[in-house]
Amino acid sequence: MIPAAHGLILAGLLFTLGLLGVLIRRNILMILLAIELMLNAANLVLVVGSSVTGNLTGQLMAFFVMVIAAAEVTIGLAIAVLLFRKQGSLDTSEMTWMKG
Amino acid sequence: MVLLLFYAFAALAVVSAMGVIFASKPARALLSLVVTMFALSGIYLLFGAPFIAMVNLIVYAGAVLVLFLFVIMLQGIGAGDWPLSQRFNLLYRVLTFFTGAAFLTALGILFAATRLSAASGVEGTAAALGRLIFGHYHLPFELTALLLILGILAAVALAAKEEAS
Repeated sequence: MIPAAHGLILAGLLFTLGLLGVLIRRNILMILLAIELMLNAANLVLVVGSSVTGNLTGQLMAFFVMVIAAAEVTIGLAIAVLLFRKQGSLDTSEMTWMKG
Repeated sequence: MVLLLFYAFAALAVVSAMGVIFASKPARALLSLVVTMFALSGIYLLFGAPFIAMVNLIVYAGAVLVLFLFVIMLQGIGAGDWPLSQRFNLLYRVLTFFTGAAFLTALGILFAATRLSAASGVEGTAAALGRLIFGHYHLPFELTALLLILGILAAVALAAKEEAS
């Protein structure tokens, strides 16, 4: 069978890539995409854990994470569209209205 | 054979995830993420989670990413990003990559120390997961319905505020 540690290392790699994406992107849509990548890495950990323990609860948690990600994406995209209408671009460096 | 498939899917997932991070055009990054989702679904299948694999394909690759694609297409040129070389100053970029490398190393050490082997007994079919959802985890499942309704309401409220102004 597949060594579980390799699955976990793959999940860590994907999570790190998502983290890098959040840090080096300036477009808010791309930041949301990187967050999706991190959520999927977490899902992979849950599925691997479920496979190791022989308990289906981990897969159920992955299912719940997907539901939450769907809700998060809906609101995130609505905010991105509003932001685009307000400032004409999706650049995070231009969002400075909260500065006092 | 299974191991070979796993490494193939893993390589595909990592390469396409790099595409998500480094592609200059948002539409390309998004399609790269679709490839990542397909590879991850294959990996879920190998780890005995066919239901999660299919939900991943239908919900993520099918619905969420198409929604993303719509938004990116709607915003056209505004969705573009700066080239990486002029996005932030050099110090920030170097620090970022070191942070990522350090995080990955820490995770790798942690995971390599675990002596786990994947048990082949578990099989997350729709029947088994459905029994679990509507049995022991009934209340959390109903609460996710509430969460989705709240998400819809929030999206409608945001859109309505824009109409009013």
